[in-house]
Amino acid sequence: MMPEAVTDRGALPAALAEDEILAVRDLSIAFQTPAGRLAAVQDVSFTLRRGETLALVGESGSGKSVTSLGILRLTPRAPFCRITGQVLLRGRDGRVRDLVALPEEAMREVRGRDAAMVFQEPMTSLNPVHRVGEQVAEAIRFHEGLGRRAALTKAAELLELVGIPDPRRRLASYPHELSGGMRQRVMIAMALSCEPQLLIADEPTTALDVTIQAQILDLLRRLQERTRMAVIFITHNLGVVAEIADRVMVMYAGRVVEQAPVRPLFGAPLMPYTRGLLRSVPRLDLAGLGREKLAAIPGTVPDPLDPPPGCSFAPRCDHVEPGRCDAALPGLDLARPEHRVRCVRWAELAGGVA
Amino acid sequence: MTALLEVRDLRKWFAGPRPGPFRPRAKLHAVDGVSFDIQRGEVLSLVGESGSGKTTVGRTVLRLARPDGGTIRFGGTEITSLSRDALRPFRRRMQLVFQDPYASLNPKMTVEEIVGAPLAIHEPAIGTAERRRRVEEALSLVGLLPSHIGRYPHEFSGGQRQRLGIARALILRPELLIADEPVSALDVSVQAQVVNLMLELKERLGLTILFISHDLAVVGHISDRIAVMYLGRLVEVAPTRALFTAPRHPYTEALLSAVPIPDPMVRRERIVLTGDVPSPLNPPSGCPFRTRCRYALPACAEAPPALREMAPGHWKACIRDDIALASPVGVA
Ligand SMILES: Nc1ncnc2c1ncn2[C@@H]1O[C@H](COP(=O)(O)OP(=O)(O)OP(=O)(O)O)[C@@H](O)[C@H]1O
Ligand SMILES: Nc1ncnc2c1ncn2[C@@H]1O[C@H](COP(=O)(O)OP(=O)(O)O)[C@@H](O)[C@H]1O
Ligand code: SF4
Ligand code: SF4
Ligand SMILES: [Mg+2]
Ligand SMILES: [Mg+2]
Repeated sequence: MMPEAVTDRGALPAALAEDEILAVRDLSIAFQTPAGRLAAVQDVSFTLRRGETLALVGESGSGKSVTSLGILRLTPRAPFCRITGQVLLRGRDGRVRDLVALPEEAMREVRGRDAAMVFQEPMTSLNPVHRVGEQVAEAIRFHEGLGRRAALTKAAELLELVGIPDPRRRLASYPHELSGGMRQRVMIAMALSCEPQLLIADEPTTALDVTIQAQILDLLRRLQERTRMAVIFITHNLGVVAEIADRVMVMYAGRVVEQAPVRPLFGAPLMPYTRGLLRSVPRLDLAGLGREKLAAIPGTVPDPLDPPPGCSFAPRCDHVEPGRCDAALPGLDLARPEHRVRCVRWAELAGGVA
Repeated sequence: MTALLEVRDLRKWFAGPRPGPFRPRAKLHAVDGVSFDIQRGEVLSLVGESGSGKTTVGRTVLRLARPDGGTIRFGGTEITSLSRDALRPFRRRMQLVFQDPYASLNPKMTVEEIVGAPLAIHEPAIGTAERRRRVEEALSLVGLLPSHIGRYPHEFSGGQRQRLGIARALILRPELLIADEPVSALDVSVQAQVVNLMLELKERLGLTILFISHDLAVVGHISDRIAVMYLGRLVEVAPTRALFTAPRHPYTEALLSAVPIPDPMVRRERIVLTGDVPSPLNPPSGCPFRTRCRYALPACAEAPPALREMAPGHWKACIRDDIALASPVGVA
């Protein structure tokens, strides 16, 4: 079949509700490594509405970055990496496309126009030998077809929008002449240059100091209010999650283990891993009041090349019930409206049995 | 309690870039007159934004970098300008744990070689069997197994590697441990394991710890006292609870306010500092914080404020005593 036809399948009304920008269905991503097949992401499904922020949290190596790279097809090509499932994205033109099935050429247009990404370490994504202005202008020209002067003018406007002082002069700077916070602003400016429907931010503040992090979070919030873009925000800082997320998706060993609106997720988490994670953060309000042991989660994540049978959290879980938890992979149950959890014992545990 | 470490007016300069061709290099004041004590058995934390000079203080105290001014006394002896040889007996009494558990371990060395390295330097005469016994003992101290001894760093997770770094630092049974961002690179759940381990070891071995970090939540949990650094200077020093509930320096107030609280029900007004930390090559005149301080007055530009003791053990370097500062924690 022609790619066009594949694309049109996503345009069916049933595929994406009116206010939805993105629907990811059964997304799986596997790498071919010298040591064998590594299933980095398995059966991830979620939707994202206009103006909404979804936070992706989880242990290092749980598949957060691979999920987001997979959505934009920035993972290595086949046969080194295989993506299956559906990624339905509503473009700026209103059309819905399945990015998994899109030809590479069409995909390039989607990146930056409909969806854009900001990475953790801005230095690796900015070209060190080109001036900041040229790089931002280049991003604009590629998608908008503006002339050089017009693109530079727009670049200056964008730098101003993201709070870079003296933007006209800054256009002439090289990336290494900017601080970490300023480089991250430039990255955000580039990502926003074409007013994408979807912004994916992979740990955009992790390398920054708290005061600069506060500036960037503030900036993202204001921009989102203005443009109503949908945001996927990857972080392992639970404070940041509480502050910016509408909904949260917790990943563990490549799978979604809990998914809920932000308040129930913090207020009544159901999966033992989520609970452990929330408990392991030292509380600011208890600072200096004696040193109770922090509630650490013992052990480490399983080897992705040799996952345990059944629940992948079982080797570290306080509530593990041999014979049940390791028998088969628990399903992702709908426990409450909009609240899903992958744990065979969630109902007992929520009842306070343990 | 007696002070194990006394640091007075410590200064460290680096050569900055040349401002132009043939012009002399600018002087970068990485540490610009820092004074503090650490009592035996105490955990003192050094917090501040990146580039504020925390690592440089740690390295200079260990004499891994030569101070350009001030004095360092360790266990009552001044070590500021001791020669390499004279320094040796002191070196083994203070050890460093590094930030990056990935970069700080040589990938080609076995656990035995890595953890036993300080023995090779400070106790070269001991035999293989004794060395192995000591390494195994250090491993069990940090919750690793004796059977790990022949393995290589890549076989360990981040948290386990950080344990290896701690085992290496503890094998000589030092009195002072300087831990430079020891948990910053770790996942929250693993971070808690390492923080617990450090506190447990402190109790068991009677360690004194200088804990360097920019994570205020961790610092609030681990420290007895906290010193806040900005542009090479200490701007506030206080017992942990006092610093969190009643900060006295505007920078501390802003720093605390910027920490995101993991509770979506909490909504608060935050003080968003504008701009970046000024370059240490060209610091503001007077108070180093004045370019970002919302309480700044013209008088703040006159001279760098000295640390003044405002309450027992609570020091601040700010000329204004007429401002009421907010805390995210509230009064206990
Ligand atoms: N190019 C690749 N080739 C092979 N395996 C990969 C590749 N990229 C990622 N992986 C593996 O996929 C899994 C998920 O990695 P991913 O980068 O998504 O983790 P993450 O959740 O973003 O972690 P972190 O919090 O450390 O950023 C890991 O086991 C990782 O080692
Ligand atoms: N070896 C060095 N040469 C030149 N400048 C340095 C060197 N080490 C640190 N600096 C500078 O000294 C200042 C303090 O750095 P550092 O102590 O590493 O801060 P922190 O640990 O608080 O992030 C920074 O401006 C840094 O760039
Ligand atoms: S399924 Fe069992 S092991 Fe897994 S999280 Fe639930 S209780 Fe723990
Ligand atoms: S001395 Fe002035 S500028 Fe410095 S912190 Fe105090 S009020 Fe602010
Ligand atoms: Mg990642
Ligand atoms: Mg440092």
